[in-house]
Parts: sequence; C-alpha cells; structure tokens
Amino acid sequence: MNQESLGYILLGSCIVNNFVLSYFLGICSFLGVSNKLDTSVRLGVAVTFVMLVSSASAFAIHSLLTYLHMEYLQLISFIVVIASTVQLVEMLIKKTSPALFRALGIYLPLITTNCAILAVALFQTSRGYSLLQSLVFALGAGTGFALAMLIMSGIREDLTYAPIPKLVRGTALTLMIAGILSMAFMGFAGMGGG
Amino acid sequence: MQHRSSDVFLAGLWKENPVFVHLLGMCPTLAVTNSVHNALGMGVATACVLIASSLIVSLLRKWIPHQIRIAAYVTIVATFVTVADYLIQALSIELHKALGAFISLIVVNCIILGRAEAFASKNQPGLSFLDALGSGLGFTFALTCMGALREALGNGTLLGHPIFGPHFQPWVVMAMPGGGFFTLGILLLLVNVINEQIKRSRSAREGT
Repeated sequence: MNQESLGYILLGSCIVNNFVLSYFLGICSFLGVSNKLDTSVRLGVAVTFVMLVSSASAFAIHSLLTYLHMEYLQLISFIVVIASTVQLVEMLIKKTSPALFRALGIYLPLITTNCAILAVALFQTSRGYSLLQSLVFALGAGTGFALAMLIMSGIREDLTYAPIPKLVRGTALTLMIAGILSMAFMGFAGMGGG
Repeated sequence: MQHRSSDVFLAGLWKENPVFVHLLGMCPTLAVTNSVHNALGMGVATACVLIASSLIVSLLRKWIPHQIRIAAYVTIVATFVTVADYLIQALSIELHKALGAFISLIVVNCIILGRAEAFASKNQPGLSFLDALGSGLGFTFALTCMGALREALGNGTLLGHPIFGPHFQPWVVMAMPGGGFFTLGILLLLVNVINEQIKRSRSAREGT
C-alpha cells in the first residue's frame, strides 16, 4: 500500500506533474477545444467529474480482478467499464439535472476517448493507491487538466487578432505556446518533496 | 468502392500522415519520443496493433452489428494491446519500463479506432492490411523524426552513439516535456512549408 499523503498527491497530480503539460495526456482535446475560454472551462469540469467516477469504478474492478487472479483482463475491463460509466453518468445527469447536462453538452460523450481518463485508472493501480488516495489523485488530475485548458484558451483568445504569419497559425502555434507553458510548469518540479 | 492498392498504402505515409496531417495520436507522439530507441519501439508496437486489429475488424465487418461497432472495435484493440504489452515485457524489460503506461494507452490512440471506423469496416482484408501498414509506417516515421531530433539536441547522441564530439553542450530542454511540444510545432511548420511549396509549383506548372 502506498503511503503518500493526500495533499502531496493532490499537488503532484495537479501542478508538479500536470497531466497535460508534463505527461502529455488529453492532448487531443487540449489542442482541439482550447480556443474558447467558456467551452474549455466546461470541458475541464466534465473531465474532472468523469475522472472521479471512473477512478472509483476502476478501483472496484481492480480489487475484483485481483481477488479472481485475472489481472490480464485489466485493460479490457477498464476501457469497457469507463465507456459504459460515461454513458451511465450521461443518462443520470440528463434525468436529474438538465441544466448541468446542457452546460456539459457534447463534451460528455467525447470524454470517453480522452486518454487522461484511462491514464488515471492505470496510474492509480500501478502506484497502489487506496480508494481515498485514488479519488484525490483523480481530483488533482482533473483540476490540472482544467487549469491547463484555462490558461491555454486565455492565451489563444488573446492571440486571435495578433498579426501572425499564415503558415504558423493553427496547431503549430498552439504547440509552441504549450511548450513555453510546459517549461513554466517545470519550475514547480521538486515541490512537495517530489 | 475502388481503391488502387499503392494509393491506399502511400496515403498513410505522407498525404494523410496520421501525426503531421490529421494530428491523431498526439499523446505517445509527444510523450515517448525523447530517444530514437523509445520512439521506434512505440511506433512498431502501435503499428503491429493497428495492423492486427484492422485485419480482424475487416474480417468481421459483416458480423458486427452497426449499433455496437465502437464497443466491438475497442474490445478487439484492447485484446491486441494486452498481447503487445506482455510481449514487450517478455522481449525487453528496459523498453517496457521506459514506455510505462503508454503501452496500455495505445488502446485510446485515435489512429487505430479511426482506421477501423473509416477504412477497415468498409473494405476487404487485403486493402485494410495495406491501409493499416501505411498508417502504421507513417506513424513510426513521424515518431522516429521526433525522437531523432530530440535525442540529438537534448542528449547529443543518436541511438546511444555520440554524434557531436566532446564539446557539445546538451540542450536539456529538448529531452524535457517542453521540448516535445517545440519539436512537434517546428516539424508541423516544416510540413506546412513543404506542402505549400508543392502546391505552388503545381499551380505554376498548370498556369504555363
């Protein structure tokens, strides 16, 4: 069992080892959706929410598979369960809170293919986190994702009217900005003893 | 649908290169390309999974009901990724350690699901195999470019051999996460420039 303190896990997954900027997870949506501040905040919230739910279910599956000695089925069952959890959560939200459902919109189903979600499940099992540690880890990872999206979309909104050569516009520019951001986040390395 | 097999194969290599043109599979492209060795390992593993799952999807295309096709594809891909994971662990424990969780994350690599949905589910096994081979090689090519650039600048070596002589000061940031973003950005720029040149020369030829 892993003995890391909860605060350290939260700080580590949110800032020091930010999922987007130092593990490169969830890059597809990071590059694709980060051009508007409003939508990126919503996506960040949706991702955090799904991460929490799938982290809890991944913990349950892992315990079950270890009990049955069938660890080799881990990957298949993770991906199937995460996909179905997202569907289930979607239906549940639609039924209980239409306002939240409208706010999240299309992003909820899209999240299934976000590799950051699966990565949370994989990392928490390989590091042997307990249930509470896993949940905190998922919360930190989600917040970190939302934070990166927020910074990125703010910068990109400001750049909309900047005089940039036509060739550089689009993904190449976004990647350069992400590189600089990632270097900035490297400054946090070593915080919290990691 | 009629496709010429050479066109199908070549499309994945450059014109529809999954990384440079479609921007698919970004996570492994950025994460494991800090050396040529890792990049090649990742590229080959992904290509193998891609080819195997394209073949199976194409063989089963008449039996998979349309409504549950995505779930079926994901299960097929996950099976092959598990095989690849255990295979790499058996062949080279070092590579397995270096790639870490990114081997399992091949499952969510959009290239594989994308090819299965866009091509293999509509075409014969032979063509699907060529298509997967082209895309897989294109992906490996892109990863190797990234790996070579980052290893040369960040470490001063290529496949572990020093190439710059003893006085080279390594450009450490290239081996760090930030360097991945920079390298891909620069490569995308280069691809843009080359494609622009090709377009310009073609239109000039048609004009005269």
